[in-house]
Amino acid sequence: MKIALRELWRRPGRFVPAALALVLLTLLLLVLGGLLDGLFTGSTGALRAQPGQLLTYSSDSKLSLVRSRIDAATIAQVKQVPGVAQVGGIGAALLGAQVPGRTAEASVALFGYELAPTGVPSPPAALGDVYADRSLQAYGVKVGQTLLLGPKQFPVQVQGWVDDTNFLLQGGLWGNPDTWRAALASARPDAVLAPGTFQALTVETAAATDPAEIAAAIDATTGGATRTVTRSEAVNSLPGIKQQRSTFNAIIATTFLVAALVVALFFALLTIERTAMYAVFKAVGASGSQIFVQVISQAVVIALTAFVVGALLAVGAIFAIPPQVPLLLTSARTLQVLVGLVIMSVLGSALSLRRVARVDPASAIG
Amino acid sequence: MSALRLERVRKVYHSGDDEIVALDYASLDVDDAEILALVGPSGSGKTTLLSISGGLLSPTEGRVLVAGDDISGYDPKRLTTFRRERVGFVFQSVNLVPFLTARENLMVVADFDRRDQKKSAARADQLLEELGLASRRSNLPGQLSGGERQRVAVGRAFMNEPALVLIDEPTSALDTKLGEQVMDLIVTEVRARQTAAVIVTHDMRMTHYADRTLTIMDGHLQSD
Repeated sequence: MKIALRELWRRPGRFVPAALALVLLTLLLLVLGGLLDGLFTGSTGALRAQPGQLLTYSSDSKLSLVRSRIDAATIAQVKQVPGVAQVGGIGAALLGAQVPGRTAEASVALFGYELAPTGVPSPPAALGDVYADRSLQAYGVKVGQTLLLGPKQFPVQVQGWVDDTNFLLQGGLWGNPDTWRAALASARPDAVLAPGTFQALTVETAAATDPAEIAAAIDATTGGATRTVTRSEAVNSLPGIKQQRSTFNAIIATTFLVAALVVALFFALLTIERTAMYAVFKAVGASGSQIFVQVISQAVVIALTAFVVGALLAVGAIFAIPPQVPLLLTSARTLQVLVGLVIMSVLGSALSLRRVARVDPASAIG
Repeated sequence: MSALRLERVRKVYHSGDDEIVALDYASLDVDDAEILALVGPSGSGKTTLLSISGGLLSPTEGRVLVAGDDISGYDPKRLTTFRRERVGFVFQSVNLVPFLTARENLMVVADFDRRDQKKSAARADQLLEELGLASRRSNLPGQLSGGERQRVAVGRAFMNEPALVLIDEPTSALDTKLGEQVMDLIVTEVRARQTAAVIVTHDMRMTHYADRTLTIMDGHLQSD
């Protein structure tokens, strides 16, 4: 392996084409992955943060929070289902918000809630008080500011920050149910809900119970008026989430394949060029596997170097693009790209294995 | 004990339905510390004989004994170990690794053998010193003259303290004067180490450096 590393160190120029291609592919993988993660996080935070393992919608809503309506009588039925520990109502209104000192409106999702989602304090007592998702800082929102929501400019005051609570790429605002009802009535008088009615319920199940059985029991108890699903199913039912994920994952997988092909092609050419040198190595006693380790180690070092440069470029891209673009670089995604790139480099260089094995040591002579 | 013994060695290549006999029941003995020159025209079989003697090729028939060990039945893995431990090669085109220094080119053999690096480094330094290359040890092949490169190649052949050194056309790319210098060097080094050597050459002017000369023609060995 020392020989391979010395070549990389002393002749870096010959590896530049492959390294450059892998840098660009790393950048592409991180940006694509970052966009996927950003879109997913920005669309689903409000649901992922719900405290209950289950979410209950009205059966005719097709698991759409905006379309769903659950009245007080149904909520009372749900609370009576054996195995249900706690039930909290949720309501959401998607609105435009005027931020003081800004001309452009911020898109927000105002939630009214009874049970505090993960990372969100208990509902503020005062009408109009809200916690804001930290992502709204990109729109100039500050703690203590009053935002004006909807066409009738319903005022809410920001009391503090919460994280990862956005919904459908709109900044989360979290107030008590009365705040939500009032804002909704202000913006859409036609959509005013009866007292006690929510759009969905977050349902905490008792310990040692099967959430799937409880979900079925809830829907049976309400006589089919509700449809109860797990939190992850609710997340996956959000519009576009599955399609986004499958599309981006297909592009990412293709990019990984391209990375493997780049490495395979590069090392195939390099192996052809080095046939004489490998023949000498074999003649003086190197085994095929020892030579192959040299090839793989070079591929891995190139991949790691390209990854570092590509990751730095991706970090630079995050600072360069507008904060409204949902690009989120997570450590899990970064690790996935790193591991994937190394695996693809090993696989790509492995295609030279046969060629290396076929190098005849006798060709070193004559 | 012979450093190299070939007993009725035959090597046949197949090309479609044709049979090409590269070596035809060749037998020879090379004593310890003997230098044997093997001459013959192109295609006479001298390279095949050298390759079989060094474990680069396996014979179709016959026995090959190097320092008493019969290598004719070795599988490729054992032949690799044999080459690493028992023979040294000096190749026609020198074939140094271009991105390794003179010292590292010698250490290549030790790197593949996973030997004690300190001992190998000391041996490489000693060889470079003896070859008059001590001051050039950190130079890359591209920074060395043709003669210096050839000396590095000779040093590499002696790194594993071989029982037998096989040298392929050492003067083919050199003018007469430099060729004689290289042959002087090889012979001096081989004699100093009491090692047996087989030198393949087509240059009859170089045969006087050897203790004995054999001619090979159409795969048949003939004594001079």
